[in-house]
This record gives sequence, C-alpha cells and structure tokens, in this order.
Amino acid sequence: MSAALKPGTSLRQRLRLQLLGLIAILSLLLYFSVRTIAGGAAETTQDNILSASATSIVEALHAEQDDILLDIPYAALSMLGANAEERVFYRILTAANTITGYDDLPAPEVFPAPDQPVFYNSQYRGSAVRIVAMTRIITLKDTPTKVLALVAQTRLGQDAITARIANTAAALGVGFFLVAGILGALTVESALRPIENIAAAVQRRGPHDLRPMLKPAPSELAPLLASLNSFMERLRTALLRTEDFIAEAAHRVRTPLATVRAQTEIALRRAKTPEDRKALRAVIRAVDESARSAGQLLDHASVTLRADKMERVDVDLWVLAKDLVHGLAPTAEIRDIRIVLRPAEGKFITIGDPVLLMGALRNILDNAIKYSPDESEISVALTGESEICSITICDQGRGLDNAEQKTLTRRFERGSNVADVVGSGLGLTIVSEVVAAHNGSFKLAPNQERGTCAKVCLPRK
Amino acid sequence: MRQSLLATKIVWSMLAIFALSTTPSRAFEIEAEQYFAATDGTSEITIMSTADLSVFAPLVLGFQNQNPSVNVRYVVLSSAELYSAVLEGEATPDLVISSAMDLQTKLANDGFAQPFRSQATETLPAWARWRDELFAFTLEPAVLILSKAAFADLPRPRTRQELIELLRDNPARFENRIGTYDLRTSGLGYLFGTQDARQSETFWRLSEVMGALQTRLYCCSGQMIADVKSGKLALAYNVLGSYADAQSESNVDIVLLEDYTSVMMRTAFIPDSAKNSQLAGTFINYLLSADGRSLLRAEIGPGPLDAETFSSDQNLRPIRLGPGLLVYLDQLKRRSFLRAWTSAIVQP
Repeated sequence: MSAALKPGTSLRQRLRLQLLGLIAILSLLLYFSVRTIAGGAAETTQDNILSASATSIVEALHAEQDDILLDIPYAALSMLGANAEERVFYRILTAANTITGYDDLPAPEVFPAPDQPVFYNSQYRGSAVRIVAMTRIITLKDTPTKVLALVAQTRLGQDAITARIANTAAALGVGFFLVAGILGALTVESALRPIENIAAAVQRRGPHDLRPMLKPAPSELAPLLASLNSFMERLRTALLRTEDFIAEAAHRVRTPLATVRAQTEIALRRAKTPEDRKALRAVIRAVDESARSAGQLLDHASVTLRADKMERVDVDLWVLAKDLVHGLAPTAEIRDIRIVLRPAEGKFITIGDPVLLMGALRNILDNAIKYSPDESEISVALTGESEICSITICDQGRGLDNAEQKTLTRRFERGSNVADVVGSGLGLTIVSEVVAAHNGSFKLAPNQERGTCAKVCLPRK
Repeated sequence: MRQSLLATKIVWSMLAIFALSTTPSRAFEIEAEQYFAATDGTSEITIMSTADLSVFAPLVLGFQNQNPSVNVRYVVLSSAELYSAVLEGEATPDLVISSAMDLQTKLANDGFAQPFRSQATETLPAWARWRDELFAFTLEPAVLILSKAAFADLPRPRTRQELIELLRDNPARFENRIGTYDLRTSGLGYLFGTQDARQSETFWRLSEVMGALQTRLYCCSGQMIADVKSGKLALAYNVLGSYADAQSESNVDIVLLEDYTSVMMRTAFIPDSAKNSQLAGTFINYLLSADGRSLLRAEIGPGPLDAETFSSDQNLRPIRLGPGLLVYLDQLKRRSFLRAWTSAIVQP
C-alpha cells in the first residue's frame, strides 16, 4: 500500500528554500540600506564642512566703492584640511566675471538663492569633486549684485569611506545571512518535529494496533490526528462487527448441525443396506467437517476479539499441558493414538490469557491427532531456557512440505496433502495470532523420522 | 666659505652660458645648474630646487654614492620661477624641491604632483607630508640676525615688541641699516610675512617701524647675511636660519625671537610629468634616510625633521602643510596683503 505512494515535494525542502530566499532578500536590503544611509551620512559630513567654508568666504565678501573685495579667512580653507587630505578648489564669481580663484571650476547655470546652497558632484582637474555653490547679494553702485562662491573638495576620502562602508555593509549582510540561515534551518527542524514524531509513532505501530493516537499534537495537526483516530475507530468497529458476525454465524450453524448429526447416527443404526450406511456415513463426515469449521471460525473470532482486551495473568504451562492432554486423550484413543506428556523439571510460568493459550494449544494437538496415523504416538514436551519456555508437540503424521511452513499460518490455507482430512485451514492461523499477541513465536519443523513438530515459545515470567 | 661661494658663482656663470646655448627657448630664469655625472651613469634625473648648489651638492654626491648609475642634473632657481615653470609646463623635472611651502602646496593641490609611498614616507609624521605627494625633509626657522658690532652697546631684543622699542629708541643707528625680504618678489619672504601676520598684529607695527627707517629689501637670505656680516646692515629680519647657521661667523648673532618663531619646512614632490618618477622616489627616500639626514644636518643646521625640536620649544611655530596655505595665494588676498605691506614698509 505504502510502496505505491509516490513521495511529493518535501515540506522541509520547501520551507528551507523559502526561508533562505527571504533571508537573502533581507540581507540584500540590509546591505543596501546600510550603504545608502551611512554613505549619505558621510556625504552630509563633507557637505557640512564645505558649507561652513563657503559661508565664511561669503561672509568675508564686501563692497568698497565700485569693487567687490574679499579677504578669505585662513580658516575657510584650512578647515577643509582638517578632516582629510583632500585637494581644495574655490571660485568667486559674479554673473559677469570671475573675481578670484580657479576660473574654470564648473559653476551652476543659475545662481542658487541666497541661504540655499547647492551641492553637486563634478569632475575637475582629473579628480571627482564635491562642490558647494553659495550666493550672496552685495550692493554695488546701488545695484544688488549676486556673487557666487564655489568651494570644492576632492572625494578621495569620501570614496575611501564609501568603500569602507560598502565592505562593512557587505560583512553585515553576509553575517546576517549566515546567522539567520542557521536559525532558519533550526526553526524548520523544530517546526517539523511534531509531524515527524507523529509519523514515527504511526510507523512504529503493529498491523493490528488500532488504538487511537493519544500523543499531544500541535493544533494544526489535531484535525489530521482526529481524522486518523476516527478512521481507526471505524475500522476497528468494522472488524469487530465482522468477527461478531462470523461467531454468530458459526454458532447458529453449529447447533442445527449437532441435531442433524444425532439424527443421522440414529438413521445409521437403523439402516439396512450397505449403500444406505455408506451414504449416511458420508453425511456424518460432512456434518463433522462443517461443525469443526464453524468451531474454528468461532475460536478465531474469539481470539481476535480477546486479543484487544487480553487478560494478563500467570499461566502455568505444565498445568495447561496436563489439562490439554487429559481433555483430548479420549478422542485420540478412538484411533489408538497415545499422547505422551514428557515429564519436565522446574516451573513454566508465562503471563497471558489462559483461555486463548489453551485454544491455541488445543488447535495444535487437534491437528496432530487429525494428521497422525492410527496407533501412533504424539509427544508433548516442555523445555525452558532463561528467558523463554517452550512447548513442543510432535506427531508421526504425514509431515509438511518445507515450502509450505510459512503459508500454513494464513487464514483458510491448508497443506497440499490433506485433502482427505476434515479441516478448515483456520487452526494454525489461530495459533500464530495468539502466540504473537503473547510476544512469543510459533514454528513448524519436520520431526526426526516422520511427522511434524510444532514449537511454541513464550516469554518466561 | 667665501671661496666656495665664489667657485659656485663661476660654475653658475659657465653653466648659464652652457644652458643658454643648448636650450635657448627656456622661458624661466635659472640661477645655477650642475650636471653630476655618475661613475657608471645609465639613467638620469633632473632636480629643480631653490636650495643653493653648495647646500645640496653633498646630498647629490651622497645619493650617487648609493646609486652609482644615476646621473643627476641639479638646477637652482627662485621659488617663484620654479613655481611658474612647473605650472606652465615649461620644465619637466623629476623632482621639485622648494622652501616655498605655499607654492608647493598649491602645485600639489592643483594636481601637478603624483603620489609616492615608501617605507620612509610612511614613517614621516602626519604634519610632514600631505596627501602622500608633498614631503617635508627639513625644519628651518625664520630668525633675526644681528651684527655684533652694531649691537655692541645695545641690549639684544628677545621679542618683536622689544625689537620695535629698540628701533624706535635708536632711529639714527638703524636708519637704512635694516634688511628684510621683499615680499613682492620673494616667495619665501611672502610665506614668512603672511605667517607673521597670522600670528600677531605686531608684524604690522614692526613693518611700519621698519618702513620708517628706510628698510632695505632683499630677494634672498644669502645676500642679507652677507650684508650683515660686512656691516652694511645692523640687523636682518626673517632670515632663513639654516643659511645663517651654515654661514655663521663670529661677527653675527642669530636670534630666535621668543614671542614666536615661524618654522618653514623644505618640501619635495614628484611632478605628474616626471620622466623618471621611480628614481625621484629613490632620491626622496635618500633625503629621509639616516644618511641623508645627517648630511642635511651638517649643511643646514639642526633642522632635519627632529620632532623633539617642537616639543622642547613652544615658541617654534611650524607652518602646517595643508589647504590653509592656499589662502594667501589668492590673488585678491595677495594683492591686498602686499598693498598693506608695501604702504607700511616703503615710505617716502
């Protein structure tokens, strides 16, 4: 059943992939935001210094008669050397001409408004520069004149800072990815653990274990577990009903059969002709076969029923074996078969259901009698080791085909050489199920000379 | 010493003729040039410098001792000429050495220098290099030198204030007998003057007083020192102390003024257009090496970058490398500074 199920995509793999993707996106976001924010902060720092320098220059501008005069403060340029060893350029100009400084320093097309300095990047003398342009209005010959001060600084330090920030941001991103990746993997494992636990618990169960799953489950899995439990409950009920039905049917068949048999025997005694007797014997034989089958069906059903709520008491196998031999000896004697219970030393106590065990052993001995030739011997022996005790029942019957030994314990399976003997094929099934319910083992092996040995091993108390 | 000066002059005139005959199109004026042929010269570097041949010849020879395959062409010119030669691309030296820190900084700032890194430059303190392009290798103070004869019965001034009072009190003795740089023509003089003006207002009062006494203006430290020695000058202000040290004789006194003394650093850089920048780097390494330093110390006094000099004397004010030096090179600033200075020092 399970082999036919093709495994779908792995939940774990899907979770891992999605988490990794998410973390990768977050890492990239982190990288870019650190770069942008820190880079912006570094640029703002440079802009502030440039702005301070330009301010001190425009403050020093003054008009004298018809001339614009400028006494650049020493600090205006020396402050630019304070934070980094950048090259410094400046230019003071009006709309008409350059007053002083580097007359080819790029200026904006339109003079910015006073008190609203403009910052821009440009290329000057082979280097990338950051420029601030600041306007001041000076009254010259009674006319307000716009004077523009440009102060520029190379961006080598800026680039170095940007590169350093980029490295730091990359390290942060990678670190975040690694840490979050590990945590994510752990999270996936811990999230999937309940599912795996439940799957393992279901797998561990034996084929007949239909008890409800009572393990605590996460709320998401509770519906699944509830469905599973209700399914198992229904299955169990259906099985029980089936066994009930079989038991009921067997019972109802057995009673009229007994009446039929008794009447037939009376008829047999009164029969005159050998033909009539032969026919009546055939009837009895058929009735016996049916009664036996019905009995075994009943036994089997009761085994299945009882296995669920099996009794667990101390069982003395010696007593069990003695009762068994005692009970079946009359049947055996009819065909001059001797049942020998070999004496054994010590105690053979196991824990289990005495009714079920008795049923199982009776089936074995019953089979042995059935398949033994007249005037033969059946031995019942008890042996024990430290942990287990065994009952071995050997006959001198027709024996088994080696290949059949395993299949014989299946329901309604019969040996290939027993068509002439009454049998339902249920006996050994009952035995193996009872023994399995007691955590024991059941084996069939050829007897030394001829016949078969059936060995039941049960755990010692 | 006088003989060596004379010899230098002869060499200079010969070389000048040689130079004129070979490269007539040269647009800048050189003061001296010498070709140091190496024992087995296979390569050549050209050094353009403001330092006198007599000061630098031992260093070049010491360099060639370690690098016997390098011929060295050493050209001496004024700091302004050197600046404009490099700026206009008229000269393509492999190494530029100048005492005008501001002009050197400007050239480096304007992209005429190429970076150079070596173990020697890495160990330089931060204040002695700029952008891995400009390297300082000497510390040379601006000093006051006095003629011992003229000050025989006068107290030695220790500060500028005392100097001002001394000049005011003895106008007859100092009339026409004071020397200082002509800031309009000397790059180094301009650097010292602007740094003085940054330090204190006394500079302007001193200039006024000196102007009133018909101060003589000079292009170069050497000439001032010579005139103090000869007795033509009673004192010279803002003279390069290293030259005074090197040429000192018993009849002059060297005074490091106690209110403050500007300290200039001689700097070197490898121009962007250098043909042999690798050898120029080797020369810088040599200047910074122990051998180079000991030779420099012998030639230009205690200068070569002894950091202890600063910590031991709070009055020594080193002129810092950096963009601040560009301020006084601003044309407006320079014009107004020189106008103020000229009106103070040149009085009818």
